Amino acid sequence: MEINYKLLNRLNENARYTDRELAVMLNMTEEEVRSQIDEMEKAGIIRSYKAVVDWDRMDRAYVSALIELKVTPQPDAGFENIAHQVMRFDEVETVYLMSGGYDLCVIVTGKTFQEIAMFVAKQLATMAAVTSTATHFVLRRYKELNVELCDTKSDDRGTMSL
Amino acid sequence: MDYNKILNPTVKDIKPSGIRKFFDIAEEMEEVISLGVGEPDFPTPFHIRRAGIQSLEEGKTRYTSNWGLKELRGEIARCMERKYRLSYDAADEVLVTVGGSEAIDGAIRALVRPGDEVLIVQPSFVCYEPITLLAGGTPVILEMKPEDDFRLTAQALRASITPKTKALILPFPSNPTGAVMRRKDLEAIAEVLRGTDIMVISDEIYAELTYGDTAHVSIASIEGMRERTVVIGGFSKTYSMTGWRLGYACGPAPVLQQMTKIHQFAIMSAPTTSQYAAVEALRNGDEDVRKMAEEYDMRRCFVVDGFNNLGLFCFEPQGAFYCFPCIKSTGLSSEEFCEKLLYAEHVAIVPGTAFGDCGEGYVRVSYCYSLGHLKEALRRIARFLDGLR
Repeated sequence: MEINYKLLNRLNENARYTDRELAVMLNMTEEEVRSQIDEMEKAGIIRSYKAVVDWDRMDRAYVSALIELKVTPQPDAGFENIAHQVMRFDEVETVYLMSGGYDLCVIVTGKTFQEIAMFVAKQLATMAAVTSTATHFVLRRYKELNVELCDTKSDDRGTMSL
Repeated sequence: MDYNKILNPTVKDIKPSGIRKFFDIAEEMEEVISLGVGEPDFPTPFHIRRAGIQSLEEGKTRYTSNWGLKELRGEIARCMERKYRLSYDAADEVLVTVGGSEAIDGAIRALVRPGDEVLIVQPSFVCYEPITLLAGGTPVILEMKPEDDFRLTAQALRASITPKTKALILPFPSNPTGAVMRRKDLEAIAEVLRGTDIMVISDEIYAELTYGDTAHVSIASIEGMRERTVVIGGFSKTYSMTGWRLGYACGPAPVLQQMTKIHQFAIMSAPTTSQYAAVEALRNGDEDVRKMAEEYDMRRCFVVDGFNNLGLFCFEPQGAFYCFPCIKSTGLSSEEFCEKLLYAEHVAIVPGTAFGDCGEGYVRVSYCYSLGHLKEALRRIARFLDGLR
Protein backbone atom coordinates (compact mmCIF):
# COMPACT_ATOMS: atom_id res chain seq x y z
CA MET A 1 0.00 0.00 0.00
CA GLU A 2 1.41 3.34 -1.03
CA ILE A 3 0.99 6.01 1.62
CA ASN A 4 -0.12 9.46 0.49
CA TYR A 5 1.86 11.56 2.93
CA LYS A 6 0.40 14.84 1.74
CA LEU A 7 -3.08 13.58 2.50
CA LEU A 8 -1.99 12.17 5.83
CA ASN A 9 -0.28 15.44 6.81
CA ARG A 10 -3.37 17.45 5.97
CA LEU A 11 -5.58 15.21 8.08
CA ASN A 12 -3.07 15.26 10.88
CA GLU A 13 -3.27 19.04 10.80
CA ASN A 14 -7.05 19.19 10.59
CA ALA A 15 -9.20 16.08 10.47
CA ARG A 16 -12.30 18.10 9.65
CA TYR A 17 -11.40 19.08 6.09
CA THR A 18 -14.14 17.74 3.87
CA ASP A 19 -13.29 15.16 1.22
CA ARG A 20 -13.94 17.80 -1.37
CA GLU A 21 -11.57 20.31 0.22
CA LEU A 22 -8.86 17.69 0.45
CA ALA A 23 -9.42 16.69 -3.16
CA VAL A 24 -9.10 20.30 -4.34
CA MET A 25 -5.97 21.02 -2.33
CA LEU A 26 -4.21 17.81 -3.31
CA ASN A 27 -5.36 17.68 -6.91
CA MET A 28 -7.18 14.38 -6.44
CA THR A 29 -10.75 13.24 -6.99
CA GLU A 30 -13.07 12.98 -4.00
CA GLU A 31 -13.37 9.27 -4.67
CA GLU A 32 -9.58 8.87 -4.41
CA VAL A 33 -9.54 10.81 -1.16
CA ARG A 34 -12.28 8.63 0.30
CA SER A 35 -10.75 5.35 -0.73
CA GLN A 36 -7.25 6.28 0.42
CA ILE A 37 -8.51 7.39 3.82
CA ASP A 38 -10.53 4.22 4.04
CA GLU A 39 -7.46 2.12 3.27
CA MET A 40 -5.37 3.93 5.85
CA GLU A 41 -8.06 3.42 8.45
CA LYS A 42 -8.32 -0.28 7.64
CA ALA A 43 -4.54 -0.68 7.74
CA GLY A 44 -4.50 0.92 11.19
CA ILE A 45 -2.39 3.85 9.99
CA ILE A 46 -5.10 6.32 10.91
CA ARG A 47 -6.23 5.21 14.37
CA SER A 48 -8.69 7.90 15.38
CA TYR A 49 -9.91 11.47 14.94
CA LYS A 50 -10.14 13.70 18.01
CA ALA A 51 -10.52 17.34 18.94
CA VAL A 52 -7.66 19.13 20.68
CA VAL A 53 -9.45 20.67 23.66
CA ASP A 54 -8.13 23.43 25.88
CA TRP A 55 -9.71 22.23 29.14
CA ASP A 56 -8.27 25.17 31.04
CA ARG A 57 -10.71 27.52 29.34
CA MET A 58 -13.60 25.94 31.23
CA ASP A 59 -14.57 25.53 34.84
CA ARG A 60 -14.37 21.78 34.52
CA ALA A 61 -11.65 20.47 36.81
CA TYR A 62 -8.82 18.98 34.77
CA VAL A 63 -5.38 17.93 35.89
CA SER A 64 -2.77 15.91 34.12
CA ALA A 65 0.55 14.46 35.16
CA LEU A 66 3.51 12.72 33.64
CA ILE A 67 4.53 9.66 35.65
CA GLU A 68 7.96 8.13 35.29
CA LEU A 69 7.77 4.42 35.94
CA LYS A 70 10.76 2.22 36.52
CA VAL A 71 9.85 -1.42 35.98
CA THR A 72 11.55 -4.78 36.01
CA PRO A 73 11.35 -6.27 32.52
CA GLN A 74 10.09 -9.85 32.33
CA PRO A 75 12.31 -12.59 30.90
CA ASP A 76 10.36 -13.21 27.68
CA ALA A 77 7.89 -10.35 27.36
CA GLY A 78 10.25 -7.53 28.30
CA PHE A 79 8.12 -4.44 28.90
CA GLU A 80 5.13 -5.58 26.84
CA ASN A 81 2.95 -7.05 29.58
CA ILE A 82 3.44 -4.28 32.04
CA ALA A 83 2.81 -1.66 29.35
CA HIS A 84 -0.43 -3.39 28.43
CA GLN A 85 -1.49 -3.56 32.06
CA VAL A 86 -0.85 0.14 32.50
CA MET A 87 -2.68 1.22 29.37
CA ARG A 88 -5.90 -0.56 30.38
CA PHE A 89 -6.77 2.16 32.90
CA ASP A 90 -9.15 4.86 31.68
CA GLU A 91 -7.14 7.46 33.57
CA VAL A 92 -4.10 6.71 31.41
CA GLU A 93 -3.96 8.84 28.31
CA THR A 94 -0.51 7.95 27.00
CA VAL A 95 2.06 5.20 27.54
CA TYR A 96 5.53 5.27 25.98
CA LEU A 97 8.54 3.03 26.46
CA MET A 98 11.49 5.34 27.00
CA SER A 99 15.23 5.33 26.69
CA GLY A 100 17.23 6.96 29.48
CA GLY A 101 16.58 7.25 33.21
CA TYR A 102 13.28 5.42 33.45
CA ASP A 103 11.26 2.89 31.49
CA LEU A 104 7.64 3.87 30.96
CA CYS A 105 6.33 7.37 30.50
CA VAL A 106 2.68 7.43 31.54
CA ILE A 107 0.46 10.47 31.13
CA VAL A 108 -2.52 10.40 33.44
CA THR A 109 -5.50 12.75 33.61
CA GLY A 110 -7.94 13.31 36.44
CA LYS A 111 -10.10 15.88 38.19
CA THR A 112 -7.75 16.82 41.02
CA PHE A 113 -4.13 16.47 42.05
CA GLN A 114 -5.34 14.23 44.86
CA GLU A 115 -7.15 11.94 42.48
CA ILE A 116 -4.06 11.44 40.35
CA ALA A 117 -1.81 10.99 43.38
CA MET A 118 -4.12 8.28 44.71
CA PHE A 119 -4.30 6.59 41.32
CA VAL A 120 -0.52 6.40 41.17
CA ALA A 121 -0.23 5.20 44.76
CA LYS A 122 -2.95 2.60 44.53
CA GLN A 123 -2.88 1.37 40.96
CA LEU A 124 0.57 1.95 39.50
CA ALA A 125 2.97 1.79 42.42
CA THR A 126 1.46 -1.46 43.62
CA MET A 127 2.06 -3.39 40.42
CA ALA A 128 4.55 -6.17 40.98
CA ALA A 129 6.94 -5.16 38.18
CA VAL A 130 7.00 -1.49 39.12
CA THR A 131 10.07 -0.60 41.16
CA SER A 132 9.55 3.17 41.45
CA THR A 133 7.32 6.05 40.34
CA ALA A 134 7.90 9.80 40.03
CA THR A 135 4.88 12.03 39.44
CA HIS A 136 5.24 15.38 37.64
CA PHE A 137 2.10 17.48 37.53
CA VAL A 138 1.42 19.68 34.51
CA LEU A 139 1.01 23.29 35.59
CA ARG A 140 0.25 24.94 32.29
CA ARG A 141 -0.23 23.66 28.78
CA TYR A 142 1.23 25.87 26.08
CA LYS A 143 1.14 23.63 23.06
CA GLU A 144 -0.28 20.18 22.49
CA LEU A 145 -0.19 18.04 19.36
CA ASN A 146 1.19 20.99 17.40
CA VAL A 147 -1.69 23.19 18.48
CA GLU A 148 -0.95 26.34 20.43
CA LEU A 149 -3.16 26.61 23.52
CA CYS A 150 -1.96 29.94 24.84
CA ASP A 151 -3.00 33.17 23.14
CA THR A 152 -0.56 33.92 20.40
CA LYS A 153 0.26 37.08 18.58
CA SER A 154 -2.22 38.18 15.98
CA ASP A 155 -1.33 38.94 12.38
CA ASP A 156 0.86 42.05 12.44
CA ARG A 157 1.01 42.51 8.69
CA GLY A 158 -1.68 45.17 8.36
CA THR A 159 -4.51 44.72 5.90
CA MET A 160 -2.95 45.65 2.61
CA SER A 161 0.38 45.88 0.89
CA LEU A 162 1.39 45.56 -2.73
CA MET B 1 6.89 78.67 2.00
CA ASP B 2 5.22 77.59 -1.19
CA TYR B 3 6.34 74.01 -1.27
CA ASN B 4 4.50 73.53 -4.54
CA LYS B 5 7.11 75.69 -6.20
CA ILE B 6 9.99 74.12 -4.35
CA LEU B 7 9.26 70.45 -4.78
CA ASN B 8 10.45 68.48 -7.77
CA PRO B 9 7.49 68.30 -10.20
CA THR B 10 8.51 64.84 -11.39
CA VAL B 11 8.11 63.56 -7.85
CA LYS B 12 4.92 65.51 -7.20
CA ASP B 13 3.32 64.11 -10.34
CA ILE B 14 3.89 60.50 -9.36
CA LYS B 15 0.53 58.93 -8.55
CA PRO B 16 0.12 57.71 -4.99
CA SER B 17 -0.39 54.00 -4.46
CA GLY B 18 -3.74 52.62 -5.66
CA ILE B 19 -4.52 51.02 -2.32
CA ARG B 20 -4.11 54.02 -0.02
CA LYS B 21 -7.85 54.69 0.14
CA PHE B 22 -8.78 51.07 0.88
CA PHE B 23 -6.00 50.71 3.35
CA ASP B 24 -7.24 53.70 5.33
CA ILE B 25 -10.83 52.45 5.39
CA ALA B 26 -9.80 48.89 6.28
CA GLU B 27 -7.49 49.98 9.09
CA GLU B 28 -10.39 51.74 10.82
CA MET B 29 -12.80 48.85 10.44
CA GLU B 30 -13.40 46.08 12.96
CA GLU B 31 -13.22 42.38 12.20
CA VAL B 32 -11.67 42.93 8.81
CA ILE B 33 -10.58 39.76 7.13
CA SER B 34 -7.88 40.57 4.66
CA LEU B 35 -6.60 38.84 1.56
CA GLY B 36 -4.62 41.92 0.77
CA VAL B 37 -1.01 41.54 1.80
CA GLY B 38 1.94 40.86 -0.43
CA GLU B 39 4.07 39.08 2.12
CA PRO B 40 4.26 35.58 3.57
CA ASP B 41 2.44 34.68 6.77
CA PHE B 42 5.18 32.30 7.92
CA PRO B 43 7.76 33.67 10.30
CA THR B 44 11.37 33.56 9.08
CA PRO B 45 12.56 29.97 9.73
CA PHE B 46 14.12 29.85 13.15
CA HIS B 47 17.62 28.72 12.16
CA ILE B 48 17.84 31.75 9.89
CA ARG B 49 16.72 34.12 12.67
CA ARG B 50 19.21 32.36 14.95
CA ALA B 51 22.04 33.10 12.52
CA GLY B 52 21.11 36.80 12.59
CA ILE B 53 21.00 36.79 16.39
CA GLN B 54 24.31 34.99 16.59
CA SER B 55 25.97 37.55 14.35
CA LEU B 56 24.75 40.26 16.75
CA GLU B 57 26.03 38.33 19.75
CA GLU B 58 29.39 38.05 18.08
CA GLY B 59 29.40 41.81 17.57
CA LYS B 60 29.23 41.71 13.78
CA THR B 61 27.61 45.11 13.64
CA ARG B 62 29.70 47.08 11.16
CA TYR B 63 29.35 47.98 7.48
CA THR B 64 30.13 45.21 5.07
CA SER B 65 31.82 45.70 1.72
CA ASN B 66 29.69 47.89 -0.58
CA TRP B 67 29.04 44.83 -2.71
CA GLY B 68 27.91 42.84 0.34
CA LEU B 69 29.57 40.14 2.43
CA LYS B 70 31.92 38.06 0.35
CA GLU B 71 30.51 34.90 1.91
CA LEU B 72 26.99 35.87 0.94
CA ARG B 73 27.92 36.82 -2.62
CA GLY B 74 29.62 33.44 -2.93
CA GLU B 75 26.45 31.69 -1.75
CA ILE B 76 24.28 33.72 -4.12
CA ALA B 77 26.55 32.83 -7.05
CA ARG B 78 26.43 29.14 -6.06
CA CYS B 79 22.66 29.30 -5.73
CA MET B 80 22.26 30.85 -9.20
CA GLU B 81 24.44 28.09 -10.60
CA ARG B 82 22.66 25.31 -8.74
CA LYS B 83 19.11 26.42 -9.38
CA TYR B 84 19.16 28.26 -12.69
CA ARG B 85 22.43 27.15 -14.30
CA LEU B 86 23.69 30.71 -14.35
CA SER B 87 27.29 31.49 -13.68
CA TYR B 88 28.24 34.81 -12.08
CA ASP B 89 31.55 35.96 -10.65
CA ALA B 90 30.95 36.74 -6.97
CA ALA B 91 33.68 39.42 -7.17
CA ASP B 92 32.02 41.84 -9.58
CA GLU B 93 28.78 40.37 -10.89
CA VAL B 94 26.76 40.02 -7.68
CA LEU B 95 25.52 42.97 -5.63
CA VAL B 96 23.68 42.65 -2.32
CA THR B 97 20.94 45.27 -1.97
CA VAL B 98 18.29 46.53 0.42
CA GLY B 99 15.50 44.29 -0.84
CA GLY B 100 14.85 43.47 -4.46
CA SER B 101 13.40 46.99 -4.71
CA GLU B 102 16.76 48.70 -4.37
CA ALA B 103 18.19 46.40 -7.01
CA ILE B 104 15.40 47.40 -9.40
CA ASP B 105 16.01 51.07 -8.65
CA GLY B 106 19.75 50.68 -9.17
CA ALA B 107 19.37 48.77 -12.42
CA ILE B 108 17.00 51.35 -13.88
CA ARG B 109 19.14 54.27 -12.77
CA ALA B 110 22.31 52.68 -14.10
CA LEU B 111 20.78 52.21 -17.54
CA VAL B 112 18.17 54.85 -18.24
CA ARG B 113 18.93 58.32 -19.58
CA PRO B 114 16.33 61.05 -20.03
CA GLY B 115 14.24 60.24 -23.08
CA ASP B 116 14.95 56.52 -23.02
CA GLU B 117 11.96 54.25 -23.26
CA VAL B 118 11.48 51.48 -20.73
CA LEU B 119 9.11 48.66 -21.59
CA ILE B 120 7.06 47.72 -18.55
CA VAL B 121 4.88 44.65 -18.44
CA GLN B 122 1.53 45.25 -16.70
CA PRO B 123 -0.39 44.39 -14.58
CA SER B 124 2.68 44.22 -12.38
CA PHE B 125 4.25 45.34 -9.13
CA VAL B 126 4.00 49.07 -8.75
CA CYS B 127 7.56 50.39 -8.57
CA TYR B 128 8.79 50.14 -12.16
CA GLU B 129 6.90 53.11 -13.55
CA PRO B 130 7.75 55.67 -10.83
CA ILE B 131 11.42 54.68 -10.78
CA THR B 132 11.61 55.01 -14.56
CA LEU B 133 10.03 58.46 -14.32
CA LEU B 134 12.48 59.52 -11.61
CA ALA B 135 15.32 58.50 -13.90
CA GLY B 136 13.83 60.72 -16.63
CA GLY B 137 12.81 57.72 -18.72
CA THR B 138 9.53 57.17 -20.51
CA PRO B 139 7.53 54.16 -19.37
CA VAL B 140 5.96 52.22 -22.22
CA ILE B 141 3.32 49.85 -20.93
CA LEU B 142 2.92 46.36 -22.37
CA GLU B 143 -0.47 44.99 -21.41
CA MET B 144 -0.63 41.30 -20.57
CA LYS B 145 -3.81 39.62 -21.70
CA PRO B 146 -5.78 36.75 -20.17
CA GLU B 147 -5.91 35.03 -23.59
CA ASP B 148 -2.08 34.84 -23.47
CA ASP B 149 -2.24 33.55 -19.87
CA PHE B 150 -0.89 36.97 -18.84
CA ARG B 151 2.46 36.19 -20.49
CA LEU B 152 4.54 38.51 -22.62
CA THR B 153 4.45 37.48 -26.26
CA ALA B 154 7.19 38.10 -28.82
CA GLN B 155 4.62 39.82 -30.99
CA ALA B 156 3.62 42.35 -28.31
CA LEU B 157 7.27 42.98 -27.51
CA ARG B 158 8.29 43.49 -31.12
CA ALA B 159 5.43 45.93 -31.68
CA SER B 160 6.57 48.24 -28.87
CA ILE B 161 10.27 48.43 -29.62
CA THR B 162 11.50 51.75 -31.01
CA PRO B 163 15.01 53.16 -31.52
CA LYS B 164 14.62 54.74 -28.07
CA THR B 165 13.94 51.47 -26.24
CA LYS B 166 16.55 51.03 -23.53
CA ALA B 167 15.25 48.25 -21.36
CA LEU B 168 12.53 45.67 -20.82
CA ILE B 169 11.33 44.99 -17.31
CA LEU B 170 10.28 41.38 -17.10
CA PRO B 171 8.64 40.50 -13.76
CA PHE B 172 7.83 36.77 -13.72
CA PRO B 173 6.49 34.89 -11.77
CA SER B 174 4.05 37.75 -11.64
CA ASN B 175 2.60 39.76 -8.82
CA PRO B 176 -0.42 40.14 -9.20
CA THR B 177 -1.43 37.55 -11.82
CA GLY B 178 0.64 34.53 -10.78
CA ALA B 179 1.62 34.02 -14.43
CA VAL B 180 4.98 32.47 -15.26
CA MET B 181 7.08 32.48 -18.41
CA ARG B 182 8.09 28.98 -19.52
CA ARG B 183 11.28 28.23 -21.41
CA LYS B 184 9.59 28.36 -24.81
CA ASP B 185 8.00 31.73 -24.00
CA LEU B 186 11.39 33.11 -22.97
CA GLU B 187 13.06 31.73 -26.08
CA ALA B 188 10.61 33.67 -28.21
CA ILE B 189 11.38 36.86 -26.26
CA ALA B 190 15.12 36.23 -26.51
CA GLU B 191 14.77 35.81 -30.27
CA VAL B 192 13.44 39.37 -30.48
CA LEU B 193 16.11 40.86 -28.20
CA ARG B 194 19.29 39.13 -29.38
CA GLY B 195 21.27 41.46 -31.57
CA THR B 196 19.67 44.59 -30.07
CA ASP B 197 21.11 46.85 -27.35
CA ILE B 198 18.02 46.43 -25.20
CA MET B 199 18.73 45.29 -21.65
CA VAL B 200 16.38 43.05 -19.68
CA ILE B 201 15.75 43.76 -16.01
CA SER B 202 14.35 40.42 -14.94
CA ASP B 203 12.62 40.69 -11.57
CA GLU B 204 12.65 37.10 -10.38
CA ILE B 205 11.82 37.72 -6.74
CA TYR B 206 9.21 34.89 -6.79
CA ALA B 207 11.44 32.43 -8.68
CA GLU B 208 11.36 29.82 -5.92
CA LEU B 209 7.59 29.88 -5.65
CA THR B 210 6.37 28.10 -8.75
CA TYR B 211 3.88 25.25 -8.79
CA GLY B 212 3.50 22.14 -10.88
CA ASP B 213 6.29 20.10 -12.37
CA THR B 214 8.27 22.80 -14.13
CA ALA B 215 10.79 24.84 -12.16
CA HIS B 216 11.47 28.51 -12.84
CA VAL B 217 13.67 29.36 -15.82
CA SER B 218 15.59 32.62 -15.88
CA ILE B 219 15.74 34.50 -19.16
CA ALA B 220 19.45 35.04 -18.49
CA SER B 221 19.96 31.29 -19.01
CA ILE B 222 18.60 31.45 -22.57
CA GLU B 223 21.27 31.59 -25.25
CA GLY B 224 22.68 35.05 -25.83
CA MET B 225 20.74 36.64 -22.94
CA ARG B 226 23.18 36.57 -20.04
CA GLU B 227 25.10 39.56 -21.42
CA ARG B 228 21.95 41.65 -21.74
CA THR B 229 20.15 40.72 -18.52
CA VAL B 230 20.24 41.91 -14.93
CA VAL B 231 18.58 39.29 -12.72
CA ILE B 232 16.93 40.60 -9.55
CA GLY B 233 16.35 38.26 -6.64
CA GLY B 234 15.74 38.48 -2.93
CA PHE B 235 15.09 36.77 0.34
CA SER B 236 11.75 38.35 1.27
CA LYS B 237 9.34 36.04 -0.51
CA THR B 238 11.45 32.89 -0.72
CA TYR B 239 12.48 32.69 2.92
CA SER B 240 9.72 34.77 4.46
CA MET B 241 12.20 37.54 5.28
CA THR B 242 10.36 40.70 4.19
CA GLY B 243 11.40 42.77 7.20
CA TRP B 244 15.08 41.94 6.84
CA ARG B 245 15.20 44.01 3.65
CA LEU B 246 17.62 42.00 1.60
CA GLY B 247 17.86 41.33 -2.11
CA TYR B 248 20.46 41.11 -4.84
CA ALA B 249 21.25 41.75 -8.47
CA CYS B 250 23.34 39.55 -10.74
CA GLY B 251 24.50 40.60 -14.17
CA PRO B 252 27.39 41.53 -16.44
CA ALA B 253 30.26 43.22 -14.57
CA PRO B 254 30.12 46.58 -16.44
CA VAL B 255 26.49 47.06 -15.41
CA LEU B 256 26.93 45.77 -11.87
CA GLN B 257 29.93 48.03 -11.32
CA GLN B 258 27.81 51.09 -12.10
CA MET B 259 24.93 49.81 -9.98
CA THR B 260 27.35 49.31 -7.13
CA LYS B 261 28.51 52.90 -7.48
CA ILE B 262 24.94 54.11 -6.99
CA HIS B 263 24.48 51.70 -4.10
CA GLN B 264 27.75 52.82 -2.51
CA PHE B 265 26.72 56.48 -2.48
CA ALA B 266 23.02 56.04 -1.68
CA ILE B 267 23.11 53.11 0.75
CA MET B 268 26.70 52.16 1.67
CA SER B 269 25.92 48.51 2.31
CA ALA B 270 22.91 46.31 2.96
CA PRO B 271 22.04 45.53 6.61
CA THR B 272 24.81 43.39 8.09
CA THR B 273 22.65 41.27 10.40
CA SER B 274 20.39 40.41 7.49
CA GLN B 275 23.36 39.40 5.37
CA TYR B 276 24.55 36.89 7.96
CA ALA B 277 21.04 35.48 8.24
CA ALA B 278 20.88 35.23 4.45
CA VAL B 279 24.07 33.15 4.33
CA GLU B 280 22.33 30.62 6.57
CA ALA B 281 19.19 30.79 4.43
CA LEU B 282 21.09 29.91 1.26
CA ARG B 283 23.15 27.20 2.92
CA ASN B 284 20.45 25.39 4.88
CA GLY B 285 17.08 26.79 3.82
CA ASP B 286 16.04 24.56 0.90
CA GLU B 287 13.81 22.36 3.04
CA ASP B 288 12.02 25.40 4.52
CA VAL B 289 11.32 26.73 1.05
CA ARG B 290 10.05 23.35 -0.11
CA LYS B 291 7.64 23.15 2.83
CA MET B 292 6.34 26.69 2.42
CA ALA B 293 5.91 26.23 -1.33
CA GLU B 294 3.97 23.02 -0.71
CA GLU B 295 1.69 24.87 1.68
CA TYR B 296 1.18 27.75 -0.78
CA ASP B 297 0.41 25.24 -3.50
CA MET B 298 -2.43 23.69 -1.53
CA ARG B 299 -3.85 27.08 -0.67
CA ARG B 300 -3.56 28.09 -4.30
CA CYS B 301 -5.66 25.14 -5.45
CA PHE B 302 -8.15 25.85 -2.68
CA VAL B 303 -8.58 29.53 -3.49
CA VAL B 304 -8.69 29.16 -7.26
CA ASP B 305 -11.34 26.46 -6.93
CA GLY B 306 -13.22 28.69 -4.49
CA PHE B 307 -13.38 31.64 -6.88
CA ASN B 308 -14.28 29.51 -9.86
CA ASN B 309 -17.14 28.01 -7.86
CA LEU B 310 -18.35 31.50 -7.05
CA GLY B 311 -18.53 32.23 -10.76
CA LEU B 312 -15.58 34.63 -10.66
CA PHE B 313 -13.35 33.04 -13.25
CA CYS B 314 -9.82 32.65 -12.04
CA PHE B 315 -6.87 32.10 -14.34
CA GLU B 316 -4.71 29.33 -12.86
CA PRO B 317 -1.70 31.05 -11.30
CA GLN B 318 1.51 29.04 -11.54
CA GLY B 319 3.80 31.13 -9.42
CA ALA B 320 4.05 33.70 -6.59
CA PHE B 321 1.24 33.63 -4.00
CA TYR B 322 -1.61 35.50 -5.63
CA CYS B 323 -4.59 34.72 -7.77
CA PHE B 324 -6.27 37.22 -10.05
CA PRO B 325 -9.97 36.47 -10.45
CA CYS B 326 -12.02 38.29 -13.06
CA ILE B 327 -14.95 40.23 -11.59
CA LYS B 328 -16.40 41.56 -14.86
CA SER B 329 -19.50 39.35 -14.47
CA THR B 330 -20.61 41.50 -11.52
CA GLY B 331 -20.83 44.59 -13.72
CA LEU B 332 -18.74 46.48 -11.18
CA SER B 333 -15.38 48.12 -11.74
CA SER B 334 -12.44 46.71 -9.75
CA GLU B 335 -12.50 49.63 -7.35
CA GLU B 336 -16.26 49.47 -6.86
CA PHE B 337 -16.06 45.75 -6.24
CA CYS B 338 -13.34 46.10 -3.62
CA GLU B 339 -14.97 49.04 -1.90
CA LYS B 340 -18.42 47.44 -1.74
CA LEU B 341 -16.94 44.17 -0.56
CA LEU B 342 -15.01 45.96 2.14
CA TYR B 343 -18.04 47.85 3.42
CA ALA B 344 -20.51 44.97 3.09
CA GLU B 345 -18.44 42.04 4.35
CA HIS B 346 -15.26 43.59 5.73
CA VAL B 347 -13.09 41.65 3.34
CA ALA B 348 -10.04 43.55 2.09
CA ILE B 349 -8.65 42.71 -1.34
CA VAL B 350 -6.74 44.82 -3.82
CA PRO B 351 -8.30 46.14 -7.07
CA GLY B 352 -6.48 45.00 -10.19
CA THR B 353 -6.11 48.62 -11.26
CA ALA B 354 -3.55 49.16 -8.48
CA PHE B 355 -1.19 47.21 -10.77
CA GLY B 356 -1.87 49.20 -13.93
CA ASP B 357 -4.93 50.34 -15.85
CA CYS B 358 -5.14 47.00 -17.65
CA GLY B 359 -5.89 45.37 -14.30
CA GLU B 360 -9.45 46.73 -14.64
CA GLY B 361 -11.99 43.95 -14.28
CA TYR B 362 -9.76 41.94 -11.95
CA VAL B 363 -8.89 41.81 -8.27
CA ARG B 364 -5.76 40.53 -6.60
CA VAL B 365 -6.19 37.94 -3.88
CA SER B 366 -3.24 36.93 -1.77
CA TYR B 367 -3.23 33.44 -0.32
CA CYS B 368 -0.59 34.16 2.32
CA TYR B 369 -3.15 33.15 4.91
CA SER B 370 -4.18 30.02 6.79
CA LEU B 371 -6.81 27.82 5.20
CA GLY B 372 -9.30 28.69 7.92
CA HIS B 373 -8.85 32.37 7.12
CA LEU B 374 -9.19 31.77 3.37
CA LYS B 375 -12.31 29.72 3.92
CA GLU B 376 -13.97 32.44 5.99
CA ALA B 377 -13.06 35.07 3.39
CA LEU B 378 -14.54 32.97 0.58
CA ARG B 379 -17.71 32.47 2.63
CA ARG B 380 -18.08 36.23 3.02
CA ILE B 381 -17.38 36.87 -0.66
CA ALA B 382 -20.07 34.33 -1.55
CA ARG B 383 -22.54 36.19 0.67
CA PHE B 384 -21.51 39.48 -0.92
CA LEU B 385 -22.13 38.11 -4.41
CA ASP B 386 -25.55 36.82 -3.35
CA GLY B 387 -26.37 40.31 -2.14
CA LEU B 388 -25.48 41.77 -5.54
CA ARG B 389 -27.89 39.52 -7.42
